[in-house]
Amino acid sequence: MNGGDEVVAGPPQPLEWKFSQVFGERTAGEEIQEVDIISAIEFDKTGDHLATGDRGGRVVLFERTDTKDVGGSRRDLERIDHAVSRHPEFRYKTEFQSHEPEFDYLKSLEIEEKINKIRWCQTANSALFLLSTNDKTIKFWKVQEKKIKKISEMNVDPSKAVTNGTIASSSSSNSHRTCLANGGSPERSPNSLSIDFSFPPGGIPSLHLPVVNSHETSLVARCRRVYAHAHDYHINSISNNSDGETFISADDLRVNLWNLEISNQSFNIIDVKPANMEDLTEVITSAEFHPTHCNLLAYSSSKGCIRLIDLRQSALLDSHAKIYEEPEQPGSKSFFTEIIASISDIKFGRDGRYILSRDYMTLKLWDINMDSGPVATFQVHEYLRPKLCDLYENDSIFDKFECCLSGDGLRVATGSYSNLFRVFGCVPGSTEATTLEASKNPMRKQVQTPSRPSRSLSSITRVVRRGAEAPAVDANGNSFDSTMKLLHLAWHPSENSIACAAANSLYMYYA
Amino acid sequence: MSMVDEPLYPIAVLIDELKNDDIQLRLNSIRRLSTIARALGEERTRKELIPFLSENNDDDDEVLLAMAEELGVFIPYVGGVEHANVLLPPLETLCIVEETCVRDKAVESLCRIGSQMRESDLVDHFIPLVKRLAAGEWFTARVSACGLFHIVYPSAPDMLKTELRSIYNQLCQDDMPMVRRSAASNLGKFAATVEYAHLKTDIISIFEDLTQDDQDSVRLLAVEGCAALGKLLEAQDCVQHILPVIVNFSQDKSWRVRYMVANQLYELCEAVGPEPTRTDLVPAYVRLLRDNEAEVRIAAAGKVTKFCRILNPELSIQNILPCVKELSSDSSQHVRSALASVIMGMAPVLGKDATIEQLLPIFLSLLKDEFPDVRLNIISKLDQVNQVIGIDLLSQSLLPAIVELAEDRHWRVRLAIIEYIPLLASQLGVGFFDDKLGSLCMQWLQDKVYSIRDAAANNLKRLAEEFGPDWAMQHIIPQTLEMINNPHYLYRMTILRAISLLAPVLGPDITCSKLLPVVVNASKDRVPNIKFNVAKVLQSLMPIVDQSTVEKMIRPCLVELSEDPDVDVRFFANQALQAIDQVMMTS
Repeated sequence: MNGGDEVVAGPPQPLEWKFSQVFGERTAGEEIQEVDIISAIEFDKTGDHLATGDRGGRVVLFERTDTKDVGGSRRDLERIDHAVSRHPEFRYKTEFQSHEPEFDYLKSLEIEEKINKIRWCQTANSALFLLSTNDKTIKFWKVQEKKIKKISEMNVDPSKAVTNGTIASSSSSNSHRTCLANGGSPERSPNSLSIDFSFPPGGIPSLHLPVVNSHETSLVARCRRVYAHAHDYHINSISNNSDGETFISADDLRVNLWNLEISNQSFNIIDVKPANMEDLTEVITSAEFHPTHCNLLAYSSSKGCIRLIDLRQSALLDSHAKIYEEPEQPGSKSFFTEIIASISDIKFGRDGRYILSRDYMTLKLWDINMDSGPVATFQVHEYLRPKLCDLYENDSIFDKFECCLSGDGLRVATGSYSNLFRVFGCVPGSTEATTLEASKNPMRKQVQTPSRPSRSLSSITRVVRRGAEAPAVDANGNSFDSTMKLLHLAWHPSENSIACAAANSLYMYYA
Repeated sequence: MSMVDEPLYPIAVLIDELKNDDIQLRLNSIRRLSTIARALGEERTRKELIPFLSENNDDDDEVLLAMAEELGVFIPYVGGVEHANVLLPPLETLCIVEETCVRDKAVESLCRIGSQMRESDLVDHFIPLVKRLAAGEWFTARVSACGLFHIVYPSAPDMLKTELRSIYNQLCQDDMPMVRRSAASNLGKFAATVEYAHLKTDIISIFEDLTQDDQDSVRLLAVEGCAALGKLLEAQDCVQHILPVIVNFSQDKSWRVRYMVANQLYELCEAVGPEPTRTDLVPAYVRLLRDNEAEVRIAAAGKVTKFCRILNPELSIQNILPCVKELSSDSSQHVRSALASVIMGMAPVLGKDATIEQLLPIFLSLLKDEFPDVRLNIISKLDQVNQVIGIDLLSQSLLPAIVELAEDRHWRVRLAIIEYIPLLASQLGVGFFDDKLGSLCMQWLQDKVYSIRDAAANNLKRLAEEFGPDWAMQHIIPQTLEMINNPHYLYRMTILRAISLLAPVLGPDITCSKLLPVVVNASKDRVPNIKFNVAKVLQSLMPIVDQSTVEKMIRPCLVELSEDPDVDVRFFANQALQAIDQVMMTS
């Protein structure tokens, strides 16, 4: 699906992005509530659903409305690429409180309710399943339509029963006994019912089953499992395995492997914690399973390298299979070199051949068959280089921007400051480098000058460095706004549609 | 709304609560579905209750699970086997739900019903159900289908049999790994029902596909399939088809698959038979014993004894023993621990000479292992070696190991060794025990940790049982009773505990002459906790001693305690006094 073939036909035309939808748009002058700020976005595998998580521990689900009528079985749907002419449109589906603020009494530690990551699991029947996590606890949710029951034709008049005793109001498990006692046969213990009571062979005609009428349905989210107490540090990633039964959770120093069905034990598969914490030089920043190979797992580190490991090799994977790292450039070292090298997010492309990584200044695309360096580097924040000192002082330099690939693998995207996000074409020869603003008019800040690819010196490989000249925002003297950061965004799995979070608003664009 | 007669009220409520808002009440009603069915009668159960259940499958998983379970035993309530097919629709819908445990239970119930159904009903109703599930839109239905083939296959006509085999084959190639896993884990059951000719062709080819699945989780389950299929195949077919798969699996890229082979090794050997085991599986097993991954070595090491039992002693000594030697100094303590837990069992297999010559050095080195679990595991299986070479050769090394464990800083280790002291005592004999271990047993009574002191008291009792009252009088009673003067009240309490445990073993004479005076004396203790424990102990001694002693010694002491200023002491003293009175009344 990715790469190769398109080279012959030349790079695809740059996309023209248009505004599609916004949820939770801010009105002028409205103050943002901290709890409403979106902290995670994720499309499901089919692209029919979108989930966002926020700092208040809520998960909000959206569903696609423009493909609802497509008939045919699910298997057909799995196969066809929704060749619908219209762009994806979503509507609010439901929301639920996934995590609550907690307090760890043993460590005197407050645990925020903020949702760090959401991952969709395999859909079954009409029920949706997803995993959500905060810093410490992962939860497995099932969201399902339930019929709203209306019961009629009871054997016992409920209104009478209430006056007689406590049938309707009782909720404890043994309240059944109470009903019996109040129901006029106090001498019978409930157990005697099945033993002593002799029913006539044809049954008792006066008894009948309750009649249930249901017309409406409502969505109910139920927490099916809680995977807790397995992380000493903050969880930064969760990722499902292609086997459909396991997932990993990663914190700063460890990665644990879980079975979805088993919440009381997990296996530690990566542990980078040094015996002495003073020797700590590197932490895990992100981890993801390969989309199809059940045994491959990639994780990124604060030192700017990606490790690809093979779960088949060993139970504890302290030795990596492959390491992807950019060779250090001599002479360019500064105080900030290490900080800005830290990778904030990695994502596999859909076929698993490429890994996209985001560090503070750039997006890098890696071919898993080539560990000598990235196949392409896209400059995202080059214009901030003179300002690193300020960014360090206000901690912005530690912002963790996410990145994403398009379903066809032709483009990549990531967020920036001033509510901007950038889209790059990653096919060799592509010059596409678009800057968009998360607003109803995304092209407002688009730079008019076409960007030229600047070939890197080591052009043995098809290394591209691009985008350094954009955006002109700063060159024009407009100061960028480091408080308006667009950290989270996601690309629709099969169409050119991007969902991104600007503070508490969810903006959707299509092309 | 209608009202029902008074006597029917409970059952009416039970029926109504099938749809109560409270899940506990719904669960309660579902669990008593058979009562409801009997109240409605067989016909209305078939025509009303079962359709009602089929329609109302929108409930919480807990309720659905209970429903799936109840329906499995529902044949009598719908009018017997000839009506069993009415139970299929509700269970079919339960086979499709998202929750695994509900589906599993529904499949289990379907199997139970299917195994009782008439052959014609199976063909008319059950086989279409299996086919519907296997063609299900969602993977959940297809997962459930895999577990039902073995029920219907034997009853199917030839045409349908061919179709069922090909459907199963498709399930083994499903896009969803969950379905392939279910097909892999149910393959053995299905294969057992398939005719030998088809087994050799169709099933083997399905199996071979599964053994090459990309998903490790599917191949893991195929390992179990090896054993199941191997048992069904004739020896030569097994060697031809299964043996190469096992050998391949033992070299799989994934350590989890190799672990599975190591874990299943005995079953696999059984499946292929002794001769191929000797020729082909010995090298495979040796590789597993030397695997890079410690988890695999742990599993393999744990099978050493079982495996050697299949081999003859010469082959074991020649091939396995060198590996065992290596494992005894493995870098992973868990490997050594797994080895230590089974290695003693090799002694009877190898015989006396080989044990002394080859195994003894390994035992001794494991007894000196730095990891306490390893030493404990050796000690726990001492009896097996004792039968072969006697204990003398080991005893010299044993003692330092025991002493070290007895003083280990982890109380759980100390606890573990105490548990083995009676075993050691019986193996080592009185003489050795008196010399070396007696003082340890006393020492534990004064441990810092309660659990150890408690176990030590219990240990005294078991020793007294082992060696008899006379020995106890000589070797443990005096030392124990002396400790009642310990300045620390918790240690004095331990002695009271020991007394209450020892008294039944030692009998009335010793109890009256030696133990009782000590207890009565302790009732003058200054610590209330001791005093109320005295009351408790006195109550427990009462049945052992004769009536006059109770009146002469126990009652006066309790009467005095019942006037104690401490409320707890009074409480337990009065309780004991009441017990005395009760015994008096009955006798």
